[in-house]
Amino acid sequence: MSKFALPALPYDYSALEPHIDTMTMNVHHKGHHQTYVNNLNGAIQGEHGGQFKGLSIENIQRNAAKAPDAIKAAVRNNGGGHYNHSLFWTLMAPTGSANSAPHGELKQALEAEFGSVDEFKNKFNAAAAGRFGSGWAWLCMDRSGKMFICSTPNQDNPLMEGISEHNGIPILGLDVWEHAYYLKYQNRRPEYIAAWWNVVNWDKVVENYSRAKQQNTPVFDVPLA
Amino acid sequence: MRSQLLQLSKVFQTFTEKQFSSSVSKFQLPDLPYDYGELEPYISAEIMRLHHQKHHQTYVNNLNVALEKIHKAEEAGNVGDMIALQKMLKFNGGGHVNHSILWHNLAPVNKGGGTRPDGAFLKAVEKEFGSLDALISSLSATAIGVEGSGWGWLGLDPNTKKLKLEQCQNQDPLSTKNLIPLLGVDVWEHSYYLQYKNDRASYVKNVWNVVNWKDVANRYEKAVA
Repeated sequence: MSKFALPALPYDYSALEPHIDTMTMNVHHKGHHQTYVNNLNGAIQGEHGGQFKGLSIENIQRNAAKAPDAIKAAVRNNGGGHYNHSLFWTLMAPTGSANSAPHGELKQALEAEFGSVDEFKNKFNAAAAGRFGSGWAWLCMDRSGKMFICSTPNQDNPLMEGISEHNGIPILGLDVWEHAYYLKYQNRRPEYIAAWWNVVNWDKVVENYSRAKQQNTPVFDVPLA
Repeated sequence: MRSQLLQLSKVFQTFTEKQFSSSVSKFQLPDLPYDYGELEPYISAEIMRLHHQKHHQTYVNNLNVALEKIHKAEEAGNVGDMIALQKMLKFNGGGHVNHSILWHNLAPVNKGGGTRPDGAFLKAVEKEFGSLDALISSLSATAIGVEGSGWGWLGLDPNTKKLKLEQCQNQDPLSTKNLIPLLGVDVWEHSYYLQYKNDRASYVKNVWNVVNWKDVANRYEKAVA
């Protein structure tokens, strides 16, 4: 029976230094993300898994609200965790290896929606810094093609209809759980957020934007064991 | 002459504010009852320092800001704003309440940390859970199982006078569950990450070595009186 497996990082653990430290990448990927994968498999491959056994990772998000009661929390937290982190690794790249700024239609769309790329960043920073407790900040596109910024608690994401109050296709996301930054930044979350912009892979974000315009979700590795 | 006028008007302004505005409470960071390093090796000095001087201090600062804003909104008759500020009050007021309890719930080993309780509190624990070890096991599981940021609590139901275990998200105080807080286990990642990384279970296991059961028993006795 096919189970989800941990996707490999697209770069070395040290590749995002000095902005995101090697130890954090190690623990975040091999510790936290691996645990989400294990727990998700445990939930959906078990006796209560039902129709969730064969679902794509995207459809697990879309249907998380309808999971059987016995596995609902596990699916929401670990299905969300596996999706969010699988996407997250692809949104980053070593400084200089990808475009360091939004370009093309994405740039125009950000300017149209937020006034300027800087204003977009300001709003995104506010959403990321303002999420109390654990969660994520997102740039998404809704069904009507409009881009918006939001944050979600814990491992919720905007694909989770009936769970997330904001619904849309994620284009860019930032993990603001303390485990994402504490080793290097401690309580200084705004410093982490500012540093993270240095490693955003704008080529991938542009690709996510193009796909979202067709109402398609981002592409990333979803290996099976 | 102008600068003298400015100075005078500032003094007058302060004077009238003190005379005619009702005063807003200004909370302060309580001192730790022990040195930062005294809970080692179970909780590192670095964690204790950051937890107290940064995290708790920030809750205190933002609580005071929230109260000031609520006070101003009330003076302006703006009930809508007062309500909107409740989130900020809950986050930061809760953080202040919870951590003020926590510092006393813990003690160095040579000041009672880890020393098992006796008397009325132990009797109540044995009645409700079977044994102290059973309570420790259950509260550990409760705390470890918190999704995202939050606390595991031992509380007292003021109506039934029974001991109860609960989880709280973020900094929601136990009062939101209508229980009196006796012992809190903080499982926000900032409580353990620098020392235990993602191994929350190890941290919770180790914390029992520095739990100040005398403080917990005192709170119990006050609550049932």
